[in-house]
Amino acid sequence: MAAKIPAKPSTPRLSELPVDGHFGEFGGQFVPEILIPALKELERVYKEISVRFDFQSELKALRADYGGRPTPLYFAKRLTEYANGARIFLKREDLVHGGAHALNNALGQALLARAMGKRRVIAETGSGQHGVAVAMACAVLGLHAEIYMGARDIERQKANVQRIQLLGATVHPVTSGSQTLKDAINEALRDWATNVPTTYYLIGSAVGPHPYPMIVRDFQRVIGDELKGQLLRREQRLPDLVVACVGGGSNAIGTFYPFVNDEKVQFLGVESSGAAALCHGSIGVLHGAKTFVLQDEHGSIGETHSIAAGLDYPAVGPEHALYKKLGRAEYITVSDQEALEGFRLLARCEGILPSLEAAHAIYAGVQRAQRMKRDQIVVITLSGRGEKDLETVVQHDAHAALE
Amino acid sequence: MMLTQRLSKRFEEVHSRREAALIGYIMVGEPEFSRTLEYIGALESGGVDIVELGVPFTDPIADDPILQAAHGRALRQGVNVHTVFQLVRELRKNSELPVLLMTYYNPICRLGEESFARRCSEAGVDGVIIPDLPIEEAASWVNQARKYGLARIFFVTPETDNERVKRICEYASGFVYLVSRYGTTGPSETLAPTVLPLLERVKPLLPEDLKVAVGFGLTTRAHIEAVVRAGADGVIVASALAARITEGASPEALADYVRELKAGTRRTV
Repeated sequence: MAAKIPAKPSTPRLSELPVDGHFGEFGGQFVPEILIPALKELERVYKEISVRFDFQSELKALRADYGGRPTPLYFAKRLTEYANGARIFLKREDLVHGGAHALNNALGQALLARAMGKRRVIAETGSGQHGVAVAMACAVLGLHAEIYMGARDIERQKANVQRIQLLGATVHPVTSGSQTLKDAINEALRDWATNVPTTYYLIGSAVGPHPYPMIVRDFQRVIGDELKGQLLRREQRLPDLVVACVGGGSNAIGTFYPFVNDEKVQFLGVESSGAAALCHGSIGVLHGAKTFVLQDEHGSIGETHSIAAGLDYPAVGPEHALYKKLGRAEYITVSDQEALEGFRLLARCEGILPSLEAAHAIYAGVQRAQRMKRDQIVVITLSGRGEKDLETVVQHDAHAALE
Repeated sequence: MMLTQRLSKRFEEVHSRREAALIGYIMVGEPEFSRTLEYIGALESGGVDIVELGVPFTDPIADDPILQAAHGRALRQGVNVHTVFQLVRELRKNSELPVLLMTYYNPICRLGEESFARRCSEAGVDGVIIPDLPIEEAASWVNQARKYGLARIFFVTPETDNERVKRICEYASGFVYLVSRYGTTGPSETLAPTVLPLLERVKPLLPEDLKVAVGFGLTTRAHIEAVVRAGADGVIVASALAARITEGASPEALADYVRELKAGTRRTV
């Protein structure tokens, strides 16, 4: 008698998501009809090409020789002594070429764009790190990059704007709405709808319509995959807690996802208190996905205010929305003031200037480590370096000195 | 429940007069909330057969800068879905003009699809156009819209292949909104080269009870004549009207412009 084929379990494991473009009730493709065929084509090409040996080996080589991977997993001895609790490790994504985790995704998607024959690449950027990464990836692969950036972000991340331009990309200032990341995405979507036959939209976070949240996660999971291997080799065990900051949530999902089936590994996502879609939002639809969104009672999207431009976003990736709903990850907020404290702490204890985004994770991770046992391990993803934020930090200190 | 009679009857009436339906757009709150009804009256007196009311949203990704500005002004006046329903109820006291709402999905999601559909029906709305709700995400909305007799208007674009057009027809009722070109809404000097081939391709795929209306970029009488000649059952003018209202056009001036556009919908022998 033939063996019975076991029925497919009705609820897929978290690691098997998305199914039909959805993470549970979240995700989907809430975009204008004109973009749907392009999204379907992207998904088809991605599924076909990304598993091919030549694609993977080219990506791996670029990540290693161009991007500087693998990044170290650093035992932060003095930060651990300061916390006087769990041992703290830092996953050093600040050491990736360009200064942040953004290049992991930008290289992967730029390779996809080239494989699809699209030589014009558009992207949005908040902090400018994704813009820099896209400009680099396009330069190295011979593609043309145009970056949408909110006028307010251009003002506070000037150094990154100059870097993007020096790397040969064009920066389009966005003056609509709140003039931050949200509005840059709106403008990029409008450009894409206009130029969809010739243009690849290289989204920088794990947000947007399917298949982007999946693609970005898959290209960022290198963070979690590497740190898992590094910690196993060094300590022969998994971490008790992994911590990452969450704006759209790409470095966080890249950190969490490889551990999603390791039930004993806890996830802590850290939002900015002025832009906390998961902690303060409700279910809605923004930029093509159903997720948690900051909005008013009538469905108008709320304005956000974070000292970290990369976290200044009123929604969040749909996979985080599901992790929150299921309790797989815990999400908390950190204020601007606390993030600055995290910034200074890491600078003085370890000689590392974190980006203000990553400083949120540092602050929360240290707080949490203080309450944990000495034989436990916390890994904090240090998603970017702080050079881009020096002006903001210095100005803040000057204001504080006056008051 | 049957589709609202107002919309299907209006298409029959204009068809029997050998015309296409002129669908005119106005953002609720333009030029200011207290005058929107007066301007809807101007659209109707100029010859608009169906009015499309914009529901403001903070992030209108399918809209051009003229309409984006109108969204912003409306929001600053406190216009929301409830004030839109209130305005439609007011309009219904003495008008049988078919009313379509043009709204992004989030305000519907926030209120709940069922509640939104019910309130539309109670207020006297005849159909809903949702620019960021493709058929992939529309199954539950279609059920609610069907239950409350609202026309379910979906888009067809130059990127939509024939097989997908047929699938869209299964979800749609009233008419399909044929997007003339790539990009956002917005007035245009010339008719997009994509529109006539698209209309020619799509028209034979539509079931008999489903009309086709063309929108995006229609600005002049000549544009309208060209798409009506090519078989459009309706034409949608949005940004060109919004631009005139923004520039301070009086209701009379707006009606004159509408009259000119409406003349383009008459089929010559």
